[in-house]
Amino acid sequence: MLSPSATLDLTFDALGDPTRRKIVERLSRGPATVSELATPLEITLAGVMQHLKVLETCGLTRSEKVGRVRTCMLEAKMLRAAEDWFRSRRETWERNFDRLADYLGENDAPNDNPHETKGGD
Amino acid sequence: MSHPKPAHDMFTIVRSYKSPPAKVFAAWSTAQGKAAWFAGGAGWTEKVREFDFRVGGQDRLVGKWKDEFTSDYRATYHDITPERRIVTAYDMRLDGKLISVSLATVTFEPEATGTKLTMVEQGVFVDGYEDNGSREQGTNSLLDRLRAHLEGSAMESLRP
Repeated sequence: MLSPSATLDLTFDALGDPTRRKIVERLSRGPATVSELATPLEITLAGVMQHLKVLETCGLTRSEKVGRVRTCMLEAKMLRAAEDWFRSRRETWERNFDRLADYLGENDAPNDNPHETKGGD
Repeated sequence: MSHPKPAHDMFTIVRSYKSPPAKVFAAWSTAQGKAAWFAGGAGWTEKVREFDFRVGGQDRLVGKWKDEFTSDYRATYHDITPERRIVTAYDMRLDGKLISVSLATVTFEPEATGTKLTMVEQGVFVDGYEDNGSREQGTNSLLDRLRAHLEGSAMESLRP
């Protein structure tokens, strides 16, 4: 298991290469097969695999093989999506807990916003 | 078909209420109490609400976000200790697709000034989504908070 700073070093190294940056750019639009990655880059499948290995080592991408087709995707995107999701879950709960205080009659502040909606609005 | 690795998350929310634990707990244990505060946010319209507060019982809350997508919350009560603790497991679906499954533990502790409420949520996020909803919802929440801040909402500005 690599330390966070070692991973960061690897990430910068990995993205220092223009071909790998193009691969990451492509994968930021969605998963792609190895041959889909190779075609616009005009490099061999083996060349793509080597670049992917570097990107996977630092955790930027991952791939899986189904039958004869290897599909690659950005790993970070999933983590970011999960972070965003749980942040929105948390914010929903926090707003609910604000409303709970209202319901308990604890927010008798004089500057209550009259436009603020309550319940299921 | 790609199957990204599930991602895990955990967060804790702590609130102090001036009301005693019995009163705070009642806001969770009664249908009328829960419906008064447990909902979506701005832009959310309630479609289905079910409430069955007992161990093994299930709650459901379905709502529409700005006519764009439907969120579906389904929770099962696993532990209920009156005025002390509620443990639920719940899943969230957007337009029928499972997004996350969470274990939510809520504790109520008496304080000199009322009740300390602590909620710990441990969740697993599965398969992701095609950018349809939760990002939108998260962005809206941030914009809502910014607006509330600019308008000087007392609750937002008092939040630590």
